[in-house]
Amino acid sequence: MSRTLYEKLWDSHVVHVEEDGTALLYIDRHLVHEVTSPQAFEGLKLAGRKPWRISSIVATADHNTPTSHWELGIQDPISRQQVETLDANIREVGALAYFPFKDKRQGIVHVVGPENGATLPGMTVVCGDSHTSTHGAFACLAHGIGTSEVEHVLATQCLLQKKSKTMLVRVEGKVGAGVTAKDIVLALIGRIGTAGGTGYAIEFGGEAIRALSMEGRMTVCNMAIEAGARVGFVAADETTIAYLKGRNFAPKGDDWDKAAAVWRTLVSDADARFDTVIEMDARQIVPQVTWGTSPEMVTGIDGMVPAPEDFKDPVKSEGVARALQYMGLTPRMRIDQIPIDKVFIGSCTNSRIEDLRAAAAVAKGRTVAANVKLALVVPGSGLIKEQAEAEGLDKIFIAAGFEWRQPGCSMCLAMNDDRLNPGERCASTSNRNFEGRQGAGGRTHLVSPAMAAAAAIAGRFADVRQLS
Amino acid sequence: MDKFVRLDGLVAPLDRANVDTDAIIPKQFLKSIKRSGFGPNAFDEWRYLDHGEPGQDVATRARNPNFVLNQARYQGASILLVRSNFGCGSSREHAPWALHDFGFRAIVGESFADIFFNNCFKNGLLPIVLPKAEIDALFGLTEHSPGYRLTIDLAEQRVVRPDGHAIPFEVDAFRKECMLNGWDDIGLTLRHAEKIREFETRRRAEQPWLFA
Repeated sequence: MSRTLYEKLWDSHVVHVEEDGTALLYIDRHLVHEVTSPQAFEGLKLAGRKPWRISSIVATADHNTPTSHWELGIQDPISRQQVETLDANIREVGALAYFPFKDKRQGIVHVVGPENGATLPGMTVVCGDSHTSTHGAFACLAHGIGTSEVEHVLATQCLLQKKSKTMLVRVEGKVGAGVTAKDIVLALIGRIGTAGGTGYAIEFGGEAIRALSMEGRMTVCNMAIEAGARVGFVAADETTIAYLKGRNFAPKGDDWDKAAAVWRTLVSDADARFDTVIEMDARQIVPQVTWGTSPEMVTGIDGMVPAPEDFKDPVKSEGVARALQYMGLTPRMRIDQIPIDKVFIGSCTNSRIEDLRAAAAVAKGRTVAANVKLALVVPGSGLIKEQAEAEGLDKIFIAAGFEWRQPGCSMCLAMNDDRLNPGERCASTSNRNFEGRQGAGGRTHLVSPAMAAAAAIAGRFADVRQLS
Repeated sequence: MDKFVRLDGLVAPLDRANVDTDAIIPKQFLKSIKRSGFGPNAFDEWRYLDHGEPGQDVATRARNPNFVLNQARYQGASILLVRSNFGCGSSREHAPWALHDFGFRAIVGESFADIFFNNCFKNGLLPIVLPKAEIDALFGLTEHSPGYRLTIDLAEQRVVRPDGHAIPFEVDAFRKECMLNGWDDIGLTLRHAEKIREFETRRRAEQPWLFA
């Protein structure tokens, strides 16, 4: 019988099924970071349990780490304690790989896994982080999990899970110049809403997805969770295989050929049936900018801020009114007339080399506008930072007036010192524009790296397609 | 985990959609390495007028009188009434920990985000999905009837209003058993340890590169 990729990935990991369909899925890769793991390690220890398979663990510190003045260490004592707790836990328990604070390969967990070849097609991947969906770009079944589940996976190498419904998002046609993976996924969320994918596993397909690099596919899958879907993924193809060749933990020699042959089967069968299919036309997608406090509150750079009365549902209408008040925006304001205070280029959504290249291409030979108080570029990992510096991207950013920082999650969630002050407005390449996400009272607008750079230069949102 | 069998509790309404886990427990409180003590900072940015940081004595902080959970009539509530897509965003289990620590034992709403929904069951906090019309009615009843309570019967899978109107709800049989008995998932899963080992041995033979 023909199967979707989701069904293939699911079937190949089922260890046991309860009567009601709840399954035990075997977990191949367990990514660990400092924020959601300490209670899990403690629980394991209190119960006298041992980790099931240490070689499944890849760990790094990313949420709390500072992006400047590394020579001073972590100044915030409770952030430092959390990072040191991870150090101690990994020292005690062990791992396939650990990239601690200041390690050359340290970085955002969802950047570090793939770039080291620790995320491989056909794997089940979990991490105590909702953006684990990122790894679906490699035809993986990648679930964000809570801390109890982190402990469960440590102890049993399995995740209790019920099968999701399947959704195919098919993006046909080619995107225009200046339109990126970020714009595709924001446009999707604008269409189906932040709960549109709840209960579904989303497969992204179609010509525009196939044409994306692995970096672009990671950006799309990263934000599947913002569409409500716990997992999002893309079928494996030659782009996937070429990306992995020669990476640290990728198979070598005979194993490489055998693995590549298995990976080529990680596609939905041609006649497989999905519970829902969403069709999108890539040619219709323009650069996106969010205007509200939910990723679904989004429009094109050529659009306007809506009015609460545009929405018939009273709960939605009130939500829009509340969002506009929080964001300090008035109905019918043109998006390209909204001035900004800060710019953040980084996060597990958009901090990879391709993202930095796209932003640098816009910044090159230009200057950050006078009204922009801070424009941060935070590479996703030490390896990306090194590569960007080898390409001279750091010099382009610095010459334009951006700050070039050390890797980490940084101002995506502002657990370290990188944050917005109350009322400050930010063009951000991150994934969530929730109230207070980038700092209490901060106002976040989600955009692509090229659009963030364009906003930095213009001092307001600007259409990157019109920059000469 | 505490057992959840039956709950008779005061209802507090939170009338907005898409309440995210950043709102339920802001990021600065995630730096704790403990599982407990998050209750005083649940909904911190909405609940207090100043900016909260870990380690503060919340008794000294000014409360936002406009935030619904600060109203006298909802003190001691154990059932939170919500709208759609509650708990969206970050996977932080600190969100259900904070709600549980605050005193909630059940959340009744139109819909929940997947990871949050799942995390609730691991912590003796029962999320219940009801049809929109029932939720709309409950918001009205809660608003207009001070001291409004509901009875939740997990074994019978129904929410019962004081007027006797009983609303059935769905729950996965496996989750229900775990909640009713207060079972620890890990202990249950380890009963299948032999099957896990067999699966692992087979997979290692077939795709050794996954075990490098």
